[in-house]
Parts: sequence; C-alpha cells; structure tokens
Amino acid sequence: MDVLLKLSDISKSFPGVRALSDVQLEVRKGEVHALLGENGAGKSTLIKIISGVHKPDKGEVRLDGKLVSFNSPRDAQANGIATIYQELILYPELTVAENIFIGHAPRRSLGPLHWVNWREMNDRAAEILQSLNIHDLDVRRKVGSLNIGNRQRVEIAKALSINARILIMDEPTAALTEADVSKLFDIVRLLRQRGVSIIYISHRLNEVFELADRVTVLRDGQYIDTQAVSATTERELVTKMVGRTIDNLFPKLPPKIGEPVLQVRDLVHLPFTRGVSFEVRAGEIVGLSGLVGSGRSELAQVIFGIMPAQSGDIFVSGKKVRIQDPAQAINLGIAYVPEDRGTQGLVKQMVIRENVSLAVLQSLASSGFIRRGRERSLAERAIEQLSIRAYSPEQIVGKLSGGNQQKVVVSKWLASKPRLLIMDEPTRGVDVGAKSEIHRLMSELAVEQGLAILMISSELPEIMGMSDRILVVRDGRIVAEYARADVTQEKIAAAMMGGQPKFENANPQEVSRTS
Amino acid sequence: MTAIPQKTSQALANRSIGSRLSGLLTQESVLALALVIISFAVTIVNPNFLAARNISDILSNSSYIAIAAIGMSLVIISGNIDISIGSLIGLLATIAGRLAIGAEAGGYPEIFAFIIPIVVGVASGALIGFFVAYLHVPAIVVSLGMLSVLKGGLILWTGGEWIYNLPEWFKFAQQRPLGIPAPVYLMISLTIIGAIWMKYSATGRAIYAVGGNREAARLSGISEKRIIMTVFMINGFMVSIAALLFATQFNAIQSTVPSGLELLVITSAVVGGVSILGGTGTVIGSTLGAVLVHVIPAAMIFASISDYWRQAVQGLLILFTVLVDLYRRNQQSYARRK
Repeated sequence: MDVLLKLSDISKSFPGVRALSDVQLEVRKGEVHALLGENGAGKSTLIKIISGVHKPDKGEVRLDGKLVSFNSPRDAQANGIATIYQELILYPELTVAENIFIGHAPRRSLGPLHWVNWREMNDRAAEILQSLNIHDLDVRRKVGSLNIGNRQRVEIAKALSINARILIMDEPTAALTEADVSKLFDIVRLLRQRGVSIIYISHRLNEVFELADRVTVLRDGQYIDTQAVSATTERELVTKMVGRTIDNLFPKLPPKIGEPVLQVRDLVHLPFTRGVSFEVRAGEIVGLSGLVGSGRSELAQVIFGIMPAQSGDIFVSGKKVRIQDPAQAINLGIAYVPEDRGTQGLVKQMVIRENVSLAVLQSLASSGFIRRGRERSLAERAIEQLSIRAYSPEQIVGKLSGGNQQKVVVSKWLASKPRLLIMDEPTRGVDVGAKSEIHRLMSELAVEQGLAILMISSELPEIMGMSDRILVVRDGRIVAEYARADVTQEKIAAAMMGGQPKFENANPQEVSRTS
Repeated sequence: MTAIPQKTSQALANRSIGSRLSGLLTQESVLALALVIISFAVTIVNPNFLAARNISDILSNSSYIAIAAIGMSLVIISGNIDISIGSLIGLLATIAGRLAIGAEAGGYPEIFAFIIPIVVGVASGALIGFFVAYLHVPAIVVSLGMLSVLKGGLILWTGGEWIYNLPEWFKFAQQRPLGIPAPVYLMISLTIIGAIWMKYSATGRAIYAVGGNREAARLSGISEKRIIMTVFMINGFMVSIAALLFATQFNAIQSTVPSGLELLVITSAVVGGVSILGGTGTVIGSTLGAVLVHVIPAAMIFASISDYWRQAVQGLLILFTVLVDLYRRNQQSYARRK
C-alpha cells in the first residue's frame, strides 16, 4: 500500500519539557493506524504537529512524498487532514448542517455580495451523512439537542466536508455508549474502504485489535515501534507502552466482607433516581453498571448529597442519616471520586499538596490555621502510596499527566479516611500502567482496611474484573444483581439494554424508530 | 513499582533551567525589583526623589488604595469582582465626616464616626455576597448595580456638598507617629495579616480553591456560598478602612464619589499578580502593586515627564502584567499537553 503521510525524526520541546524526540510515524493510504502510549507519552503533541497546531523543532513531514510544513490547523485542513478531538468542537446553537460547513459554507454571489446558499448547504450535509450510512439525523436540527454519539457523527461529517484524506481521532469512544461505539466502528470501516487513512488514538486495547491495521507505540516522547496488529498481542503492546510487564490489569484479592456500611431504601430524585435500594458492605467492591443516561452517576450524586434525595432512606453503618450536601456526606465518612476529574475533582492551579488536603482542611487545621507539617506529610504519603509521578508535593497538578491527576483525586479522598468510597469511572482516560495501580489500590483498600467501595464504570471488563457484586441500573432503577461468580458480559449487557432508556431522548427520532 | 525512581529522576531532569528560573521570578520579586530600579533611576535624574519625606508621602498616598486592594484581591482570587468600591468609599467617607461633626457637637461618642462606617461597609459587602453566593447573580452585575445605587443615593442625600470643619481628633490619616504616616502602619500590618491568613488559614485555602475550581471545591465539602459571603464581607471591611483613611487625609471631604478609584484598586491587584481569572495571586503582591501604581506617576513628576503620560503608562502596566500572567499560564498548559 502507498504511504500517504510520513513523519521522520520529529522533535518538539516546550519550555521545561521535551515532548517528543526523534519520533517517526508512517500512515498508509486507507489504513486504520492506532497510536498508543501512556498519558504523557507524546501522542497529543504528535497529532498536533500533524494537524498544524504545533510546528516541530526538528524533523520532516511528508504528505504523498512531498515535504510539507503547516503553519496553522487551516493549512493542514487544506491538505486534507482533519482532526476530531476528545472534546468535540461544535456550536450547540447552530444546526447540524451549519456545523458541518462552518467556515466553508457554500455561497451564492451577486457582484460584491456573498451570502450562504442554505439549500445547497443542507443538501450537501444530508448527502455526506447518507454516504456514512447515517439516515436518522436531520441536518436542520440544532446540535445542542443531540446526544454525544450523534455529535461525534457531525464532527466526522465535518471532516468529510473538507474532503479529508487523513482523519485523526483522539479517544473517540471515551464518552460513547456501547451502541454508539459499534456505530462509530462501522463508520470508521466505511471510511477505510473509501481510502481514507485514520489515525486512531485510544486507551482501550480491545478497540485497537478490533479496528486497526497497524499500531505505533510511543513512550516518554520516544518512538518504540510500529507493527501489524495481527502480529502482536495485547500483553506485548502493554509491555511496550509501559516499559515493564504488567501482570494483571485487575489485581483482585479474595475479599473479606463485613457489615453493611451503606444501605439505601427507595431512594428517589426524579427524574434520574426512581426508587433505588441496595447495600454496600465493608470490604466489598460493588460495581454499578448501566448505559450513559441510565441514572448510575446521578445515583452516586444523590448519595453524596450533590442532588439530595427527595425521598427514601440512607443508612450509614446502620444509622439513619440525612445527607443534604457534600460536606455532610464527607463527615459521615463517604468519599466521592467524580467522573470528570478536570471540572469536578481537581483545582489545577494548585499544587499536589493543596489538592490532597482539600477535603480535610478543617480537620488539618488547628484554630483555623492549617498545620503545614501534617499537610506535607499527608501529600508525601499520597505520592508514595499511589506512586504518583511527581518531583515534589509542590508540583502544580495541572502539569501532571491524566493518570497521575486521577491518582491525586483518589488520594484526596483517601486522606479523608472514608468508610465508603464511591468512584465514578475511576480509570477513564487513564493509561494502562496507572489503571492497574488504581485497581491494585482499590483491592488492597477493600481487603486490608475494610473499605466499602461503590464503583461506577462503563467498561464491562473493569466491572467484572474488580467487583464482588454487580448491580445494573436502567431507567433510574436497579434492574439486576449478579454475584461475581455467576456474571457474564452478556448478562450485564442484556440487563443494561433491557428496555428503552426513557430519559436519553435527546434524539426523539431514534427512540421512536426503535420502539 | 521498580520503574518509579527512574521516572522521578527523569521528571527532575526534565525540569529545565528555564522552569527553575521562572519559578524564582515570582510576581512579588519582580515588583520589588521594579520598585527599586525605578526609584534609583529617578534618583539619578532627581536626587530629591529618595528623600525620606517624599518616600513616606508616596507610601502614605498609596495606603488606602493598597488596603482596598487587599480586599479586592481576595474577591478576585475567589473568582469574583467588585466594581462598586469607589462609590462605597465615597459614601463611607461622607458618613464618617458627618458623624464626626455630629459627635463634635455632642450627642454620641467620637468612636461612632469610625465604627459605623465599618459596619455599613461590611453590611454592603454582605449584601453583594448574598446576591452572588445565594442568588447566583454574577458579581460584576451585582456590583455594577450597587455602584449606581450608592452613587445616586449619595448625591440625593448630600447634594455633593463639601464637609468642612472636621474636628482635629478625626484627622487620623494625618498623624505621624515616629515620623511615619499613620496609614503606612495600617497598610503594612493589614498586608502582613492578610498574607499570613491567606497562605496558612483553612479559609484562605478554601478561597483559592473556590476561585480555582468552584465545583471541585464544593464536592470537597467546602461551602462555597459561605466562602463567597466571607470574601465580600472582608472586602467590605477593607474598603471601610480605606474610606476612613480617605476621609481623614485632608481637612475637608467632598461628599461625592471619587472617580476611578475602583479601577486604581483593581489595577493594583492585577499588577500585583492576582489573576483576573481567579484562583491565584497574593496579598503581598497586591500591596506591592498598589505602591508601584503610585510610584510610577510620582517618579514621572520627579523626572519631569508630562503628566499626560501618566494614564497611558498605567494602562501599559496593566497590559504588560496581564500578558505576563497569560504567558505563565500558557507555559503551564503546554507542559500539561506534553
């Protein structure tokens, strides 16, 4: 196959950091090329160089054999390179068609006057969507009313509207439901057939094996190697990414289950929580599974007092309690690692020490002033216990990689010495190394300290690998419960999909079509 | 786990000389350096600049701005702003002046002339804080409304007349214990108290957290509503002290709103390194900023540079410091995007 894009000896430094050194990448025409590496390995910098956001300090980029140099993302786009970032860049108040053609809408002119040719724009947008086998998306709808899966399809259509030859996708499945993931894969395969080359970044190795033709691994800003996916194994790739062997992604220890720590009865907070009862015992890891929009995260928020329950009872260690805000929940020994560490978990301008102590400021203080020695040793212990990769507790959290940021969030909550730890997507966007470390820690905390853990995850392997008991949430209710011994992926999936998600009707058309 | 030490040493090595240098270049040290350089440069042109009397005059004149800037920097660090403080200073100064004359005529103790403006100032801060924290109205809107209400109300009440015949005991700001103007003592002690409190107290830390990421702070059990109330009340207190200094510095008070004070105060905080986006900045920086904002025009007078340049230079100063702030933030986020 022909080589379409070739990068060689690419180096790039930022003040204080060498992000890439002598990295190479070769993308063939019509292949899906996976780019793997831990957080901080240099993947993002590399794709930003390809898409014209950054200029390399050294090295060359060849497109179709010709030396190119992009001064801006617009330059790269003009050369047929489109990028779909993790955070989609769409305008919620504009329609699907307007978003697809933003910046290059078809025009009509009359002398010096130009205006948008709306009909042509809508027609062409519909055409592009048709060509992607997307038949259920009205180009006149506002993007703000679409669910994430459909927004991503709009982004893909946008890339095609500029006749992209290379499509870069940065963790496209991170926020998708299972159903949307399989639709996305169909689209990616369709594009490959048409000869579009796709650079695919994902932390989920099973996706790489399902979708990609070849894979390039980066580690610490260095090129490790490129090989055909069919010629490698998951284990081999992990070892290359991490630079050491990871024995077990789910280091689960035999549990020692004790008394109930949390019991909830008929918990209600409409519309997302509709009468939920369950319990979590000391030393037990309970996995909470469900589709996006099923109400699983909202359930955690009700328990933690972010959205206090409208009715129903909560018992902590057998005592009936009322939880009206997070402060009360914390005082009762509940901790909550939120889904989105950037917006809910961390104060990024602050250093590690200050983030770790954030939930225990009051108990660290004596007559209103923080005891610095204790605060510092708390942070040092956290860095050691969770192997946070930092040169000092005084390092600014925003400068850490995703996995290490997540460890800081976890250690903030461990500092509060909780009885119950609620973790919402504890390893989302975290690289394999950090992932297995977080799992190991969860296991140890449960077994050695008798911590009760309620874990929400959309990754079924994680749910099945870590949980002692699995609850499935659908439509704001718990619809199934499985013991670790007799659970299968199929059972969970069937329970999750069992009916129509009632309140993810962001796209009414879809709902009516399938019901 | 064996890979950790190696990674750590790598991280250490990655911390280049450049980032170490930028660590040393804190806003405070840059400001202090700028103050020294400007002072010496002007002294070469005009040796009178460094005369003790002149220096103490500059410090004295910057005191009330610096004290208001302490309150303002807390407000900005918490992710808010208060543009009503110029009007509040005008109102509180008028209240103080009228009460002083009333007390002199007999009827109530002299101390009322100082206490009541402080009570009104804190109450005004609490009102703004209530709107911002509990009713979720953006601080700029609340304080803009407050600005107009206070400004209009003051004119309606007093007609903008001058208050003369202030009693001698009232002119606090004109006293010079040990030859140093009284406001300077206040400025220095409030700066030290504010700096220590912001750096070491649990509430100070919570203010930084709320300004840095309100949601994360709330989920960490910090009552962000209480913090915002506290910040605006402290600001009200600082503004009251500033207003008392403002009221007692001359022999008369004009009962109108002094123009542009809020901008001068915000400028001081921003020049002092308080990020307008919230979450970062220090009290010492903001005081140094206030002094610098006063030293520059004074220096220009001594260097015989036209006064018309003053505003332009102040504007450039703001732009420059904001650019430095943005540059630093960029460096941080680049490192993150590695």
